[in-house]
Amino acid sequence: MNDHHSSPAHVGTGTDPVPNRIHARPVPRPGRLVSAVLVLVLAAMALNGLVTNENFRWDVVWLYLRDVTVVRGVGWTLVLTASSMVLAILLAVTLAIMRRSGNPVMRWTSWFYIWFFRGTPVYTQLVFWGLLAVLYPRLSIGIPFGPEFFVFDTDDYITAFWAAMLGLALNEAAYLAEIVRAGLSSVDPGQAEAAKALGMKDSKILRRVVLPQAMRVIVPPTGNETISMLKTTSLVLAVPFTLELTFVTNAIGNRIFQPIPLLMVAALWYLLITSILMVGQHYIEQYYGRGFGTDRPAGTGGGNGGGRRRRAKNGGGRQAAIAASGTTKEEPFMDVTP
Amino acid sequence: MSAPTDPGIPDAQKSGSVQADRSGTPMVEVRELHKEFGHVHVLKGVDLEVERGSVCVILGPSGSGKSTLLRCMNELEEITGGSVLVDGELMGFRETTDKGSTRLHRLHPRVIAKQRSRIGMVFQRFNLFPHMTALENVMEAPVQVRGDAKSKARARALELLERVGLSDRVDHYPAQLSGGQQQRVAIARALAMDPELMLFDEPTSALDPELVGEVLAVMQDLARSGMTMVVVSHEIGFAREVADKVVFMDDGVIVEEGPPSEVIDAPREARTKDFLSHVL
Repeated sequence: MNDHHSSPAHVGTGTDPVPNRIHARPVPRPGRLVSAVLVLVLAAMALNGLVTNENFRWDVVWLYLRDVTVVRGVGWTLVLTASSMVLAILLAVTLAIMRRSGNPVMRWTSWFYIWFFRGTPVYTQLVFWGLLAVLYPRLSIGIPFGPEFFVFDTDDYITAFWAAMLGLALNEAAYLAEIVRAGLSSVDPGQAEAAKALGMKDSKILRRVVLPQAMRVIVPPTGNETISMLKTTSLVLAVPFTLELTFVTNAIGNRIFQPIPLLMVAALWYLLITSILMVGQHYIEQYYGRGFGTDRPAGTGGGNGGGRRRRAKNGGGRQAAIAASGTTKEEPFMDVTP
Repeated sequence: MSAPTDPGIPDAQKSGSVQADRSGTPMVEVRELHKEFGHVHVLKGVDLEVERGSVCVILGPSGSGKSTLLRCMNELEEITGGSVLVDGELMGFRETTDKGSTRLHRLHPRVIAKQRSRIGMVFQRFNLFPHMTALENVMEAPVQVRGDAKSKARARALELLERVGLSDRVDHYPAQLSGGQQQRVAIARALAMDPELMLFDEPTSALDPELVGEVLAVMQDLARSGMTMVVVSHEIGFAREVADKVVFMDDGVIVEEGPPSEVIDAPREARTKDFLSHVL
């Protein structure tokens, strides 16, 4: 309809608002062409090697990709990922709040927790949780150092699944706690001060004012941690928990003497789930992130013409408003993560 | 939750019931106030009275302690020495007498929060909640602190936003408003708790020059309605026109105070003269 933007056409018509628009030749960059060809050739070689090499046994891969045991393994992997992340997030928020507490015992406890769980390998922790029943055959509820009211066998309650989930969650919480803390300290202290001046209690200030703004900083890296967690679940054979994807595919591979195709099965499933999570993460980051493109509301100052945009109808409006207000720091991790 | 059992709370509640008896006392009484930040002595013995329904403007060079004095009035800063009474009530402490000697007990943060809720404060940087619309900003404290019904808080918030001339901006987020509009929302937010005292900490210093007028107009309107106001500002014109009392501070002490016709137009102290010659 309107060819204003199909650039060469309008040059002669005289409708171009820039009468002396520059049409210069770009700088020649032969290096780009050479490097691109080189990389494409290498990629073609790699692909060829994957497809034509019969040792990969793609027929076996295809067969076991849809195997019931494997799909069930995928299910367990997802359950482990989701449940341990939920538990880890709850624990992490608690740890981050403890870290900011006025009570030194709370601060030290949180510090110690993070120090310990970040400082030991998750594999070691998982082995430990698997051996809990050996260490403490009986658990009890009662008065500390006093009488016991309820006693139960550790083995009956801390099953392999619980041990795996707890182990993953407790480890992850230490990392997430630092992310949450970074988020909380990225919020402008003036926000809490304004809430204080209105007579709000500390707990309410945290819940109503600080946390909602900290989410912008907390959520994107948490998405990243979720993807990381998906693959960390492959370590729960240390417990040993034997129903998740890596263990199941390994077991099948060993049984039918086809370890490589089964590794490919596991890899393809992890890739698929990660891809789905990445799509989710993309939208989450768009929602919470700071780049809002054309939908970004005007900043402070300046005039306020009648044409100023009404509040955005999509969910991004609120987050865009936080982003544009500049009450959270741009690089919060700079001063928190060592 | 268990308010009546808390030893600190009855004091705060009492203040509400005996308010009538206090009409003769000043709204703000600052006595021998000292404030240290670490080893820095910021306030060095400040005495100040602000009468009910009056406007007090505090002037002074930066670093003179005027913002700190204001922040001590609603306990955003813990005072080091002396006392602050608002509406006749000691702020931040409870006094007991034991064998003739008086002892101070720090109040529970919940009680302090309650004391603060009766004092409105407006900040230099507005400090509006960016994740809430103008309307939600104004409704926040009545709903969350006082426990008002949403419908009631909403009606009152709309009324206040109309009063500051922002009826057409109620659904805008702070980032979508100009600085002057944001500051007017901040004033409405402070008024929503029906404060008996309003504190303004350099309310126009962060604004573009052409936006200062709209904020000062709202403040002037507020002063005319009989609100007690303490304003830290560099707006000499506003002080001359609206203030009942002007206080000039330097280096942590009050150098000179009196009606604007004296302090601004005929200052006695050399330091006041020097400061005014720089800002006028």
